[in-house]
Amino acid sequence: MSELLFWFMTAMTIGSALIVVLHSNLFYSALALVVTLFGVAAFYVFLWADFLAGVQVLIYIGGILILILFGIMLTNKISSVNISHSNFHQGIAAVIVMGIFSILGWMILKTPWLHIVQQEPSQTVGRIGRLLMTEYLLPFEVASVLLLSALIGAAMLSRKAN
Amino acid sequence: MDQLQNYLFIAAALFSLGLFAVITRRNAVAVLMGVELILNSANVNFLAFSRFGGMNFNGHVFALFVIIMAAAEAAVALAIIINLYNNYQSINVDEASQLKR
Repeated sequence: MSELLFWFMTAMTIGSALIVVLHSNLFYSALALVVTLFGVAAFYVFLWADFLAGVQVLIYIGGILILILFGIMLTNKISSVNISHSNFHQGIAAVIVMGIFSILGWMILKTPWLHIVQQEPSQTVGRIGRLLMTEYLLPFEVASVLLLSALIGAAMLSRKAN
Repeated sequence: MDQLQNYLFIAAALFSLGLFAVITRRNAVAVLMGVELILNSANVNFLAFSRFGGMNFNGHVFALFVIIMAAAEAAVALAIIINLYNNYQSINVDEASQLKR
């Protein structure tokens, strides 16, 4: 059952990612990105990262995707004809990307991966919080400063110049 | 589903698709969506290595920082895109080539 669900999520994620990349209507691309991000959150659950899955749904789908949809709606005229959003290098780009993917796949198959069998942890939030407050305290503070500066910078940039 | 390689393949596929979007899309919002796909594939890799490499939660913290960075990046990118639209009346990244002239 779990195995079946995993392969279903894989097909869903990769398929919707293809729609994100290839669909000519940008709005449908953004909606397909919702499905992709949900699929990635499902992989987080499979990887025993329940807290990260929640964060993914909250921040990516609740925050970033809303921003992207705002960006699409603010910059597309409703009445404008549906021009193609892709440039003319699709063939070359497909070759390059397939090359990179096959190199990555070859590397994945050839490497003898370490495989440590572990018990599923009873909780993850406490461990993450403890790490954030001890080992990763400095990056945590830097991240908060980064968020503040991004907030101020975005407000400054999008203001009308006078 | 208890194989590290499966997750690495999924992450590689997501990375390739995101890279394809970044290369071929002309619309700046679509390029941003490609970048989000790439960041997500990096996150899947972090969590997969954390799960199969001893489950010591360093990968979780890193994935959390990647999500924080993606949020900041999306906000700033949208501000830049709206500025671009105000100046050029389009958000095609090919047309914003004033610095090349």
